[in-house]
Amino acid sequence: MSLLEIKDLHAKVADREILKGISLTINPGEVHAIMGPNGSGKSTLAQVLAGRELYVVTAGQVIYDGKDLLEMSPEDRAREGIFLAFQYPVEIPGVSNMYFLKAALNTIRKHRGLEEYDAMDFLNLVREKMKLMEMDQTLLNRPVNTGFSGGEKKRNEIFQMAVLEPRLAVLDETDSGLDIDALRTVAGGVNALRGPERAMIVVTHYQRLLNYIVPDFVHVLSQGRIVKSGGKELALELEESGYAGLGIEDDEEAVARV
Amino acid sequence: MTAVSEQIGTWLAEFTNQPKADQWLQHLRDTAFQRFAELGFPTTHDEEWRFTNVAPIARVAWASRPRTSSGAPLAEPEPHLAKHASITQNPFVALNTAFLNDVTVIRVPAGAVVEEPIEIVFEAPGQLQATHPRTLVMVGANAHCKIVETYKGQGAYFTNAVTEIVVGDGSVVDHYKVQLESPEAYHIATMQVALGRNANFSSHSISLGGALVRNDANAVLSEGTEATLNGLYLANGTQHIDNHTIIDHAKPHGTSHELYKGILDGKANAVFNGRIIVRKDAQKTDSKQTNKNLVLSDDAVINTKPELQILADDVRCTHGATIGQLDAEAAFYLQSRGIGKREARDMLTYAFAQDILDRIKVPALKESLEKTLFEKFHEHAH
Repeated sequence: MSLLEIKDLHAKVADREILKGISLTINPGEVHAIMGPNGSGKSTLAQVLAGRELYVVTAGQVIYDGKDLLEMSPEDRAREGIFLAFQYPVEIPGVSNMYFLKAALNTIRKHRGLEEYDAMDFLNLVREKMKLMEMDQTLLNRPVNTGFSGGEKKRNEIFQMAVLEPRLAVLDETDSGLDIDALRTVAGGVNALRGPERAMIVVTHYQRLLNYIVPDFVHVLSQGRIVKSGGKELALELEESGYAGLGIEDDEEAVARV
Repeated sequence: MTAVSEQIGTWLAEFTNQPKADQWLQHLRDTAFQRFAELGFPTTHDEEWRFTNVAPIARVAWASRPRTSSGAPLAEPEPHLAKHASITQNPFVALNTAFLNDVTVIRVPAGAVVEEPIEIVFEAPGQLQATHPRTLVMVGANAHCKIVETYKGQGAYFTNAVTEIVVGDGSVVDHYKVQLESPEAYHIATMQVALGRNANFSSHSISLGGALVRNDANAVLSEGTEATLNGLYLANGTQHIDNHTIIDHAKPHGTSHELYKGILDGKANAVFNGRIIVRKDAQKTDSKQTNKNLVLSDDAVINTKPELQILADDVRCTHGATIGQLDAEAAFYLQSRGIGKREARDMLTYAFAQDILDRIKVPALKESLEKTLFEKFHEHAH
């Protein structure tokens, strides 16, 4: 059975229709890359899957693990194993990273019928995962994302993913703003989580990330629709000819190719 | 009789029913009652009370209790008593002084370092009683101490408190006021602080209870004094919490920091009025005032007003006020990690109050407030 099935999904924000009929099937173990120019709807798709109320689904269906995903609250989606790595992780002053993550992990574990972690178990787990992400442990005691550099924020997202062990991870432009070293670390963290039970949707504007996180499938999004799907070679094709090569127009194309 | 004289009349009966006191004290009471009778209860036409209507207090015939749960009668006159909290402007200070009987006197001798916090607890006596708790704190030069004043009780009652604090040169005093009055209680309080040269004083006013609350926190600084006035108020239902502060930079080289934070829900009302006075010769004053409010409902109201009176020319004074709602993006971020909507709201509300709590240097108090706040937020987020 597929893990995620998106059928003819339409979504709008305010009065602007952004997703205009997306269909996509994802099986456990698969990594799907979603590429496309700015404004094509990539991030909207990621946010809709996570349950952001800002976006209103006007038509279509999303079935996750046999359940109607669109009926579920954001927290229930997370508890059922969906994880969104945010393009712009939110700064939350006053809530410590450690406190927040422990609360999140234990809520999810409880939901899965697992025993909640005590402070010691949690700390051991967290230390191990921080090492994986080459993160400074002092970040744990700081407020969530507050005063983090761009790279630290992105690492923190993947670190959270490593701790929460989702079944479906949606990475929204996790590569944006990362230098090549940080990109390698982040990709390393992602690759360490690949497995037969886990699926990933990697949303990116650039092909470069896909050199490090090699996808099984690549989909190109334009104006709210998937205009082309293929294997990993499609990403390389895009790298050579740009979105214009596919007949996709984008005002920001010039910027994107820099 | 007019409504006003009727109200005063009830108090007059209570006033004259008090047992006679020593001459010095009786004189003080008489003068104060006379002043109270002249001033009457303030109305919203009075600028100082524009947003706080005390009519619900004025129209009740309270029975005045001569005794408080803390404090004892004074055997002899105390030179600082009633010398700082002035009866001329504030009718509630006059009323408190008119009923002056027990005084909680804290004396910290010069040079003393008191490690343990000095705790003063006022437990209201009960239904339809008025009490006038009076506290006098005198800290000698170069001393250190921490003081925690707590107000609590059950049922409908009226607490009318006055605290005078005199801090000697070079002393460090940490003051905490914890207002945990019952939901039906009225609480009016004035803290008047006189600070010596190079003294370092900080006060944290935590207002969580009460139906109608007015806190006046006033400090007069001397040369090189550092004063911090912080506050946290949490109002829900139809609670009304008013915080008025005056920081008076009377001498040069003074520093003051002020941070008041409020969390409002339901149909609650809050007022923040922060006056900063920089006198003509108070050059090199450095003063910062901030008032931040988190408004969780559509019906809650906050009136916030800075009042800067700057008569010196070489000073730095900044002020700012914000009124905001819960950050929807932050809430979604927490939810996207599996944290329930209500827990996310609690967490963010708590986070808003965090920096005030972090400044509390009495660990046991900090811990108990953290617990109380979490329970309160939970009540709010029904």
